[in-house]
Amino acid sequence: MNTELLLKYGPRLLEGLLVTIELVAISVVLGMLLVLPIAAARLSQNSILRSVSFAYVYFFRGTPLLAQLFLIYYGAGQFVGPLKEIGLWGFFRDAFNCAVLAFALNTAAYEAEIFRGAIRSVPRGQWEAARALGLHRLPLLWRIVFPQAAIVALRPVGNDIILLIKGSAVASIVTVLDLMGETRIAFSRSYDLMFYLYAAVLYLMLVETIRRLWNVLERRLTRHLRRDTSTKTAVATDLVPATR
Amino acid sequence: MFNHFELLAFGPTGWGDEILRGAWLTIRLALATLPVGLALGFLVALAKRSESRIARGFGEVFSTVFRGLPELLTLFIIYFGGQFLLQAIVRLFTDASVEANGFIAGMLALGVVFAAYASEVFTAAFNGIPVGQWEGAKAVGLHRWHTMRLIIMPQLLRLALPGLANLWLVLLKETALVSVIALDDLLRMTTYAVSNTKEPFFFYFVACMVYLAMSIVSSFGIGAIERWSERGDRQRPAANPAGGRALA
Repeated sequence: MNTELLLKYGPRLLEGLLVTIELVAISVVLGMLLVLPIAAARLSQNSILRSVSFAYVYFFRGTPLLAQLFLIYYGAGQFVGPLKEIGLWGFFRDAFNCAVLAFALNTAAYEAEIFRGAIRSVPRGQWEAARALGLHRLPLLWRIVFPQAAIVALRPVGNDIILLIKGSAVASIVTVLDLMGETRIAFSRSYDLMFYLYAAVLYLMLVETIRRLWNVLERRLTRHLRRDTSTKTAVATDLVPATR
Repeated sequence: MFNHFELLAFGPTGWGDEILRGAWLTIRLALATLPVGLALGFLVALAKRSESRIARGFGEVFSTVFRGLPELLTLFIIYFGGQFLLQAIVRLFTDASVEANGFIAGMLALGVVFAAYASEVFTAAFNGIPVGQWEGAKAVGLHRWHTMRLIIMPQLLRLALPGLANLWLVLLKETALVSVIALDDLLRMTTYAVSNTKEPFFFYFVACMVYLAMSIVSSFGIGAIERWSERGDRQRPAANPAGGRALA
């Protein structure tokens, strides 16, 4: 192993890791904002809303992320004039912004499908009972449907974020200096294959962190469903005075 | 809009034939990767079920690592790593410089990733087969190989098919990555068209539509294969007159 090379490019790899995290985090948050409207449109009674959202989801799930990124980053170049007019050219000129936009639109399509399935998995009786109790639409969704849907959606959403972390490596192809981008530079200058292996370790660590974090989240969201012995005895002793 | 159609014409003036040629390479690459990924994935699944701890450990590490790495990184490691390896081997005999074959590197990289996911699908399918099937096969005196081929495989494939079909659709999209290692696939041919015409949005949109068309055609094929694999499972109206479901 070459220590000199590692000292020279190691810090840049870590900087790239931060860019990757930033890229994925911003995309996931922006994507989340789009998820509910899209899922709602997919479940709507309105056939126009339904078909538009279906086309959106089908397009983003059926084409390669790299092609979507090219479509946005290079494709924007075809509309320089109009984009300048509405003041958005500055946004599209930056590869990082384009990558964020492509990833957010892409992940929103996947997650909308996850949420659609999760919302449909909530039994009808839950909706009906909430209506019977006179709950309005917003509290019905917020307090009854979403918490139950979240449990179903959690695992697949975690998987989707992991897929996005892996997919985000394509941003390096449009000149974003994420972990993959820095690694490619280090390799092209040093011709040392070890850099790809360092990057592999960093990516695996990132993915493993998300996986562990998700286990914690899942335990928290399903804490009322767990039947460990301590709560069981607590319930039993609580019941004793009542039955007596 | 009219001259956009001309841009897609076949022959020397349009880019239609170039893009189709790229699509053909994409299809060939995906088809060539499929057997590699299926065979390797099945072996890894067997390793995970093995009684040997070393084989089990290998299987787990393989599927964890290649499901956790970006596909692009796997591709680079295999492409450049293969190049170093080839060069080292060739240098033992002569001074010539060699270049790794992009198609084979792409096939191996995508195959390894496919195998990592497929091993999970196969493992789940193995778990879906009742123990009684193994015991029954043993009871009628079938050898291990025969048990696998005649009893387990047909059921395993039926259980694994939906998962594998999904992986095929993912594979079709992932082939786009090989355009980065200078392989003239659909996306790279589209990039040639873009650099010659300055119509990036139009051409990349066309490329996306070609990818979509490929997955729509695949979905039809998958549906046909699934119906075929379930032919023994369907209720026959004549044999089961009370069961009404088949006609309803």
